Amino acid sequence: MSSSTPASASPERRHRALGRLARSRLALVGLAIVGLTALVGVVAPLVVTADPVAMDFGALLKGPSGAHLLGTDQFGRDVLARLVWGARLSVSIGAVAVALALVVGVPIGALSGYAGGAIDNVLMRCMDALLAFPALLLALGLVAIMGPGSTSTTLAIGIVYTPGVARLTRGVVLAERPQEYVQAARALGQRDRWVLARHIMPNCVSALLVQASVNFANAMVIEAGLSFLGIGTPPPTPSWGLMLNEARAFMTSARHVAIAPGVAISLAVLGWNLLGDGLRDALDPRLTD
Amino acid sequence: MLFLMSLVVFAIVYLIPGDPIDAMLGQDAEHSAREALRHELGLDQPLWRQYVSWLARVAQGDLGRSIRAQQPVRDLIVEKLPATLLLTTTAAVIALLIAFPAGIVAAVKRNTVVDLLAMVGALLGVSIPSFWSGIMLIMIFALTLGWLPAIGYASLTTDPVAALRYLVLPALTLGSVMAGSVTRQVRAQLLQELGRDYVRTARSKGLREAGVVVRHALRNSLIPAVTVLGVQFSVLLGGAVITEQIFAWPGVGQLAVNAIVNRDYPVLQGVILTIALLVTLVNLAVDALYVVLDPRLRLS
Repeated sequence: MSSSTPASASPERRHRALGRLARSRLALVGLAIVGLTALVGVVAPLVVTADPVAMDFGALLKGPSGAHLLGTDQFGRDVLARLVWGARLSVSIGAVAVALALVVGVPIGALSGYAGGAIDNVLMRCMDALLAFPALLLALGLVAIMGPGSTSTTLAIGIVYTPGVARLTRGVVLAERPQEYVQAARALGQRDRWVLARHIMPNCVSALLVQASVNFANAMVIEAGLSFLGIGTPPPTPSWGLMLNEARAFMTSARHVAIAPGVAISLAVLGWNLLGDGLRDALDPRLTD
Repeated sequence: MLFLMSLVVFAIVYLIPGDPIDAMLGQDAEHSAREALRHELGLDQPLWRQYVSWLARVAQGDLGRSIRAQQPVRDLIVEKLPATLLLTTTAAVIALLIAFPAGIVAAVKRNTVVDLLAMVGALLGVSIPSFWSGIMLIMIFALTLGWLPAIGYASLTTDPVAALRYLVLPALTLGSVMAGSVTRQVRAQLLQELGRDYVRTARSKGLREAGVVVRHALRNSLIPAVTVLGVQFSVLLGGAVITEQIFAWPGVGQLAVNAIVNRDYPVLQGVILTIALLVTLVNLAVDALYVVLDPRLRLS
């Protein structure tokens, strides 16, 4: 994933990686989209004054107008307001789920790779058992256990992406452990925990960053997917997946209801994918030409 | 590995809150009836006992009975699985038919408009979730143009023409994500191989460029692309759950979603176990395929 010396984390290297990231136009576009969705999510209540759950039976399924920029849905709710609040939900579930996968997965992977032997075997077999299930299906089963809702959706997605993070971390640790600088640090009498945290882990950062941004994209898709199936975020909370699910009934009469949330989720996912690509190119010099 | 997988599946149902007896008899049932059923189902046994007897039954192909349909779960899955397999394999074939030519052309015509178009297309494929692309395809090809039916299913054996017409939109929906990701993979791998010394040698021998690409570079770039296929199949089976829901496709994905809605947990357990087994089998097949593609692996 990165070079074999701890110098890969040096300020100079980091500077060059940032330079490469900044030169990649696509990565910047990705960063802009990601930043925009996050910003919209954070400042949602200030931007849109309309109530996302307020119904107006005098204006059902109305097309875009001055009063409702993106029109209204089947309950007369403002589509733009629901879209903007949906961004907050999508981004926060994605962020917490990705963080959860990192917090649980990195220690498991590091321990597994550094300790080796039986510990490695047991931990990795457990991770493999989870990886054997399609992500969406595992999330589905976990949400069934915990009951529908945003919290259980977040937890489920976090658990689904933990094995991938653990495997990745273990791979880097395994590659670094036999290196001379690790041997040297150990020969100097440094404690294992210190060697792992101070010398080996910095080498995982770039790989984990790339993985995290791809996971973010996938987490948003799974959250929306679960809501689309009617087992994620319960109504009337505005979620992009739920909006699309409800819009299916009006595909002939009111198409605008299906277009707005679809564009939003696709754009957000595209942003994270572009950023992931850009990070990969910037952080992994072997892949750049 | 299989043992751990079975534990996960068992746990999914065991951990689900609520008493399964409630789901079967309703909360107002008499105490004696409840206890009788609990005993009959073995739910009064210790946990490890329940697991062992469940596992023994599963090993014999007995997945329990559906609470809702009052039918063996195995029969339900056997009935629905062909539709899911038809959908996923068609999606995979469509994806590969798009991805390989697109990836190869993009790599060969690198940094041209063709490359750019292929990459933008692939990126959109990867980024647009199936639950939106499906709705859009229905709106365009079924509701606006009227070329294909919007939703539904027909059996291949009774009415092949109708079956294919029903199949097109769901298979495209499900396959688009895979098409995008395989295109990117093929392009990246092929580019890497095209930069190697053996390719330069082949070119300097005066081989035609098509021969160099197809016979030499492509073969070496297939191995990583095949790795992705195993993962992709898992993603396809997961995605089928959503695609089946959009298109009212009567497969195991729909069975799973309905099982959650109806709290019919033996069915959910059965579907998840079946799909996990399928994924494991495909991964074994992929491992076998490596050896065919890369003779170097035969020695070790």
